[in-house]
Amino acid sequence: MPTKTFAGTSVDVNDEGFFEDPTQWTKEMAPEIADEYGVPTPLTDRAWVVIDLMRSEYFDKGTGPTVRKISKLSDVTTKELFVLFPKGPAKLAAMVAGIPKPKGCI
Amino acid sequence: MSDQKRLVILGAGTGGTLAANRLRKKFKEDRLRIDIVDQNNQHVYQPGLLFVPFGLAESDEIVRKRDRQLHKGIHYHQSAIDSVDIEADSVTLENGDTLDYDVLLVATGARLQPEETEGMTGPGWMESVFTFYDMEGATALAAKLDEFESGHVVINVIDMPIKCPVAPLEFAFLADWYFTDKGVRDDVTITYVTPLDGAFTKPTASATLSSLLTDKGIELVTEFNTGEVDGEARKLIGFDGREIDFDIAVVIPLHGGAAYVENSPGLGDELGFIPTDNATLQSQVKPNIFVVGDAADLPASKAGSVTHFEGEVLVENMESFLKGEPIEHSFDGHANCFIETGFSKALLIDFNYENEPVGGHYPGPVGLPLLKESRVNHLGKLMFQSFYWHGLLPGRDIPGIGPDMPTFGKKHPVSG
Repeated sequence: MPTKTFAGTSVDVNDEGFFEDPTQWTKEMAPEIADEYGVPTPLTDRAWVVIDLMRSEYFDKGTGPTVRKISKLSDVTTKELFVLFPKGPAKLAAMVAGIPKPKGCI
Repeated sequence: MSDQKRLVILGAGTGGTLAANRLRKKFKEDRLRIDIVDQNNQHVYQPGLLFVPFGLAESDEIVRKRDRQLHKGIHYHQSAIDSVDIEADSVTLENGDTLDYDVLLVATGARLQPEETEGMTGPGWMESVFTFYDMEGATALAAKLDEFESGHVVINVIDMPIKCPVAPLEFAFLADWYFTDKGVRDDVTITYVTPLDGAFTKPTASATLSSLLTDKGIELVTEFNTGEVDGEARKLIGFDGREIDFDIAVVIPLHGGAAYVENSPGLGDELGFIPTDNATLQSQVKPNIFVVGDAADLPASKAGSVTHFEGEVLVENMESFLKGEPIEHSFDGHANCFIETGFSKALLIDFNYENEPVGGHYPGPVGLPLLKESRVNHLGKLMFQSFYWHGLLPGRDIPGIGPDMPTFGKKHPVSG
């Protein structure tokens, strides 16, 4: 299994770089992960609203929320999400929040 | 009469109708009263909508009366639903009637929400921007395509989940056939625009479908998240700033659950779908609420075949619940879709929660070819409508086709 090191700690990731085990994640890792994947830093309070939501939804439902669900579950609009996590907010926010790749709908 | 239970079914589409008819056969009327509610009396054979824009089906062929599909002894109510009170076990209809229940079945499907995307229903709606996901849109698009001889047709899925996730691809394939048949294919550009990172969600099928798009000269744009549809300037604008010009945009709008769900505290999730146990089809909201079809939040396709395969498990489990017995039957997420690819051919995919679509044959080694274009699959798709009205809705089984996904006859059955 591939590993990566953030904040001085080695973590297990999948081929795309998503965390395999969200309990290995710490808040200190988030800015480093963000830098690696082109998410603007320093992470703002608004970005943290999304990161916290990604984690609470993951632990509650077993998968990270989609872009639509993020905007329904918080006051962060889809437009703002694309500013905070450009290109692919659901994937990038999951990456920074240290949760596995969200299961796409089928 | 005192032990008569009351079942209320919300929605008289595929799931509600087949469940009502199967349960009516299982329980005598003095044991179970069945009431079913729908907001209109038009039951649309939804797979038929795909063919309407190309003049291959007419509205009167694919629409029948809802109440005529129901067996005797099922009480049909035509009204919109105002709300469900899950604490009081009671449904309030917009016509003012109240229906109390012992068991509730939610079968109200998914609702199109074009108004949720900026600009979509503004200027140009039904003139340059269409959807074929309802009869009005499909009919308007038929008239538009009929006069269209050159330009850029863009097919755009706004976001998942959508009903019948293969239908937009089928539309692209049929458009290629349609303009070729008309002799103007060289003057028409067709582009398929999706928020996904490939043509489809499942890797093996996605690869096959992508190469079909290439073979047919259809451009594929991936990871495009539409923020705005400008029907007047005729362009799609992505949240990331990318723009795609079009002459005709065929959009698949956002989907949500039925409107009354938002009005019913505790019933649905943030998109209006009902949290449902993947295996038993019992809601996670309350034990006496079951869910069938697109209304559920299952990680399965929102498709008629899924609803069909759910039917048997659902009815067994509802029967157990009504008799006070343990709920034991389990749905595996089985889906089976004919994908029309144009020129009188189609391919077939078969999958479930755990196993992605692969090649081989269905339902066994001597069966329909999987993940491969063939005429016999196209005929299968055409013949299915008759089975839908005369077999599936009345609750008859097809010999040899059970609800669980078969693995025999497949090339790489992967165990889950």
